[in-house]
Amino acid sequence: MIKNISNLGDAALYCDFGEDVNKEVNSNVIKYFKNIKEKNFKGIINLTPSYNKLIISFDLKKVNFKEVKKIIENLDINEFKSESSKKIEIPVCCADFFSLDIKRLEKKLFLKKDKIYENFFNKEYFCYMTGFIAGMPFLGDLDKSMRINRLETPRVKVPKGSVGLTEQFANIYTFESPGGWNIIGNTPIEVFNSSKIDNPNLISPGDLVTFKQISLTDHKNYNE
Amino acid sequence: MNNCFDIIRAGTNTTFQDNGRNNLNHIGIPSSGVMDKRNYVLANSLVGNKIDFPVIEFAYQGPLVRYRGKKINFVITGDVMFKIIKKDYEINGNCYETYNIEDGDQIDIISTNKSVYGYFAISGEFNLNFQWGSCSINTTAKIGSNKGKKLQDSQKIEIININSIQIQKKLNYVNTRLEKIRVIKGTNFNYFSNEGKKIFFEKEFIISKLSDRMGMRLEGPNIENIVETNIRSEGLIKGVIQVTADGNPIIMLSDYGTIGGYPKIGVVISADYDKLVQLSPGSKCKFQEIELVDAENLFKLYEIETNNLISQTR
Repeated sequence: MIKNISNLGDAALYCDFGEDVNKEVNSNVIKYFKNIKEKNFKGIINLTPSYNKLIISFDLKKVNFKEVKKIIENLDINEFKSESSKKIEIPVCCADFFSLDIKRLEKKLFLKKDKIYENFFNKEYFCYMTGFIAGMPFLGDLDKSMRINRLETPRVKVPKGSVGLTEQFANIYTFESPGGWNIIGNTPIEVFNSSKIDNPNLISPGDLVTFKQISLTDHKNYNE
Repeated sequence: MNNCFDIIRAGTNTTFQDNGRNNLNHIGIPSSGVMDKRNYVLANSLVGNKIDFPVIEFAYQGPLVRYRGKKINFVITGDVMFKIIKKDYEINGNCYETYNIEDGDQIDIISTNKSVYGYFAISGEFNLNFQWGSCSINTTAKIGSNKGKKLQDSQKIEIININSIQIQKKLNYVNTRLEKIRVIKGTNFNYFSNEGKKIFFEKEFIISKLSDRMGMRLEGPNIENIVETNIRSEGLIKGVIQVTADGNPIIMLSDYGTIGGYPKIGVVISADYDKLVQLSPGSKCKFQEIELVDAENLFKLYEIETNNLISQTR
């Protein structure tokens, strides 16, 4: 399932699962990620799964590349029963005030606003990975008619809660941050909460996500 | 009486740091922690603390603080200019030498000399909140002690568990500078033209002003990419050197974004990381290629050196 393992510097393994990005490849990445995390191997200090890669960093004082590579190669991934994924519904308001790039989306996708929202809300998404900024989920796949490139010039500040689209993915900005994704709406939900020590992330890799359209009033009243 | 520091001037980038937090990269939280580990452990060992205690890390201009409380020892490590201001006189302090201060004394950490980070440790504990086992402040994600924010003017730092045994200590150690950063080839090394690879290992690069705890930008001759200037987003770790679309390298540092989409030309070896972070904007550096097995041996040597220095403080 891992196509190739190489070293990323002297303190990390770079596991390549192949060039394709689809749920099957990504499910393998997540399976390895969860399995290694659960086993708690000596010296392994961080795991970063992405679409088709898994980076495993380790403490060079305790183990080295050769040793960790051997552990990973000898893992019996089939003995691992993956826990069922969570299903999460995210409320999103698409009022003009929040839907910052709706005009650009209409123009680039050759679709009317209503059709764009219909396509977006009528789908279930799979969480491929989280990261870049704390808790940001990368969700796919968008309908083929909805795929669009990043903004030519990224925004310096994307508001917290913004829901963005790029290529086959949707994401949620868990903090105000710079970013180049096309913003379609905003969620009042706290997607990352650092005070929840055990589970700061609402959405984890492998989870299934649907979006539900809410009004501006609902958005305003959501946290009251 | 409560022991504390009043911060009169916070400095440009003053934070609490320790070894950072692990096992959170998958949710987008980098390890953070001190930039220069050797200077961190030396600071703690000189004042008689456990080497993984929280310390104050500062960059360029450090804090000016007034102490209130029982006699206490402190030390500054790095390459730093600082003064101790007593009631009737002032003295210029030396790094790696402990001093004791009393109620009302001030410490003015004026600046780092031709380096970036310095460390301030006391023979006691800063009273801090920990998040995921670490006090390390990550200002981007607002994580760590002090609500994830840099230290601010006129705030107070409470001190607990003061160590009353006051032994003066001094370590003969000079921070050597490193102009050649040793690098292992990255996973996208072949994205670059032969000319580009040559430039990367032969030419000089200048550290840009746009460098902070997240990353260090470099400027120099264009490193030509002949494959694709973006890769599919994937994990990052500290020390990774990415080359952006404009042909300039960026090195990921302790507060790195956990995922990135630029090709990785190389990774700085672990043994050179402490020295790398001390390169200040405007200074020059060169990269040198090295094999994995040599990098591993250099790290062992670096650890032995550090442990020797620690044992000299005991």
